[in-house]
Amino acid sequence: MADQLLEIDAVSKSYGATVALRDMTFNVRAGELFGFVGSNGAGKTTTMRIALGVLSSDSGQVRWNGEPITVETRRHIGYMPEERGLYPRMKVAEQLTYLARLHGMSKADAKRAVGVWTERLGVAARRDDEVQKLSLGNQQRVQLAAALVHNPRILVLDEPFSGLDPVAVDVMSQVLREKADDGVPVVFSSHQLDLVERLCDRVGIVRNGQMVTSGTVDELRAGGAVRLIVHAPQAPDGWADQLPGVTQRGRHGEKTELELAPGADDQAVLRAALDTGPVHEFAHRLPSLTELFRHVVTEETAA
Amino acid sequence: MSTPAQNPNVRLGPLAAIGLVASREIGTRLRSKAYLVSTVVMLVLIIGSTVVLKLLSGSGADATVGVTGPAAALSAPLQASGKAIGESIDTTTVADEAAGRAKVSDGSIDALLIGDGKSLQVVVKKDLDAQLKNAFNVLAGQLELSQQITALGGDPAKVSADVAAAKVEVRPMEQPYDYNGQQLVLGIIAGVLIYISLMLNGQMVAQGVVEEKTSRVVELLLSTIRPWQLMAGKVLGIGTMGLIQMILIGGVGIVAGLATGVLTISLSAALGTVVWLIVWYLLGFFMYSIVFAALGALVSRQEDVGGAVTPALMFVIAGYIVGVSVLPTDPGNSFVEVLSLIPMFSPTLMPMRLAMGGVPVWEAALSVLLVVALIPGLIWFAGRVYNNAVMRTGAKVKLRDALKAA
Repeated sequence: MADQLLEIDAVSKSYGATVALRDMTFNVRAGELFGFVGSNGAGKTTTMRIALGVLSSDSGQVRWNGEPITVETRRHIGYMPEERGLYPRMKVAEQLTYLARLHGMSKADAKRAVGVWTERLGVAARRDDEVQKLSLGNQQRVQLAAALVHNPRILVLDEPFSGLDPVAVDVMSQVLREKADDGVPVVFSSHQLDLVERLCDRVGIVRNGQMVTSGTVDELRAGGAVRLIVHAPQAPDGWADQLPGVTQRGRHGEKTELELAPGADDQAVLRAALDTGPVHEFAHRLPSLTELFRHVVTEETAA
Repeated sequence: MSTPAQNPNVRLGPLAAIGLVASREIGTRLRSKAYLVSTVVMLVLIIGSTVVLKLLSGSGADATVGVTGPAAALSAPLQASGKAIGESIDTTTVADEAAGRAKVSDGSIDALLIGDGKSLQVVVKKDLDAQLKNAFNVLAGQLELSQQITALGGDPAKVSADVAAAKVEVRPMEQPYDYNGQQLVLGIIAGVLIYISLMLNGQMVAQGVVEEKTSRVVELLLSTIRPWQLMAGKVLGIGTMGLIQMILIGGVGIVAGLATGVLTISLSAALGTVVWLIVWYLLGFFMYSIVFAALGALVSRQEDVGGAVTPALMFVIAGYIVGVSVLPTDPGNSFVEVLSLIPMFSPTLMPMRLAMGGVPVWEAALSVLLVVALIPGLIWFAGRVYNNAVMRTGAKVKLRDALKAA
């Protein structure tokens, strides 16, 4: 299944003078959870809509297993649009059956799958209720069921975690992980960066319609600047300012957070710290995804 | 794992997709109270109106007059004078005046004609029906005239024959069509049915489109099927339910009319009316509903549907109003004749004219052809507008923008 690959290749889209996507490129491999992060309006939703064929791109290609994606292959995608949508006056089970059948499932298969997924997502008791009578959280669960019910080979989920309670977040995370383990490429966008960091195999950060950086969370973190946490209670403010390539990033009580430029010598920092008195803690700290993200966004405002 | 294209699990041809969408629409409509109620209301109306017509018209002749003694000779002249003023009068001979009076008081005859056959005396229960009184007055005038002519030494029979023969000779350039009163009524009913049906079902299509847009479910749908499939399924599903409604109402109406004897036109003429009604409902519905679907796609809120479809609705309303206001009094009106050939007005005007009769075959055929020819163009127009507008929520999309954007 190593060839199950979803590729977004140099996709561009403009609305008049507004550029929504500029050569957006990334790929998601089978069995991989890909987190798609970026600030509002960065182009995440547009990318997903183009992958689903709901929007047309100006240029570029979306491929699956090396072939340009078609109406037929799109039926294998499980999609959760950012703008949640179901028929408000249709019953849960009927609605899910209908959607499964639109994806090409037989009536019997569809009914079976609806049973399985409503059970799994905890909305089995509401099968015969109209969607509009469900709470927002349960509507979300039904929406996820709609994305999963036809046993998709690719999952594209736009903000699947927004509006979920912690229990539902756990169920959702579990389901996504399972799907990925089954060999399904899973792409989802989210603003909950801690969740993305915990859950995803790889992450892509978008800005202004372009993929700025992508890779495993560890790769991204390693690629960021090295930070040091130094606990030296007697060190005066600005004790490390004179060291080459070292910037003070913060001071939390007796701890100082320093950022080292590439090539800066951490041993020189340790010696300087010991010169101020005792050192209780001297630790490397990789930046969190949130910090990386902020960094990217800061660059954006600077640019 | 097989490649997706080979997986039989997910094959869904365009027809299957359209079928799925259409059956969802049908299921929704079947469960909708509005649909059931409107069907029942229309059925009750149509049966009710035949019953009312039946009660108003009574059975057979407009009036029954009993004659007795020498007055019996006046039976034939009375019927003739009744006919001259458009009142059909039955006469029945009664044994004597007493028997006749009994019949008047029990209501089995409207009036009893007595006298010596030279002057008229009528016995009635309370008063004489105005029409019947006219008939008697005409008869009385003729009797008096005959007596005067006889007194002058003439031959009353010859004079009245000559008088009757003397009338203006009309030389028509074209053979006029003799419109039947019942068919005029049928025409109006056909017009009302088509109008109500286009209004209800056409708007239903627009509302359905907006419902999908408002609830955003359209994005999920369009990620599996093409926009034209969604539109075609919707139009087909709602159209089918409208058709069933139309056949039911038209059929029940004709059967009720023929069974109660209100309708005395031939069965074939009645069936012809229903068949034309269905043909024009289908043509009109497809023509208008695809336009309604496109116009509905322009707006994002149910409140705006009315405003969005108004431009197209104006044609339906205009055709209907012209039809019901002009045709009953002037079924051969040449303005309406021309208008009924224009595709936008044909669905409302043509079925009325066809039910009334007297439509040349070439006109009936031409109007159908023109509408059929227009539909592909409308599909192109509607498909383009729908594709471009249905994903754009928020403010109303301008029609020009929807047509322009590729």
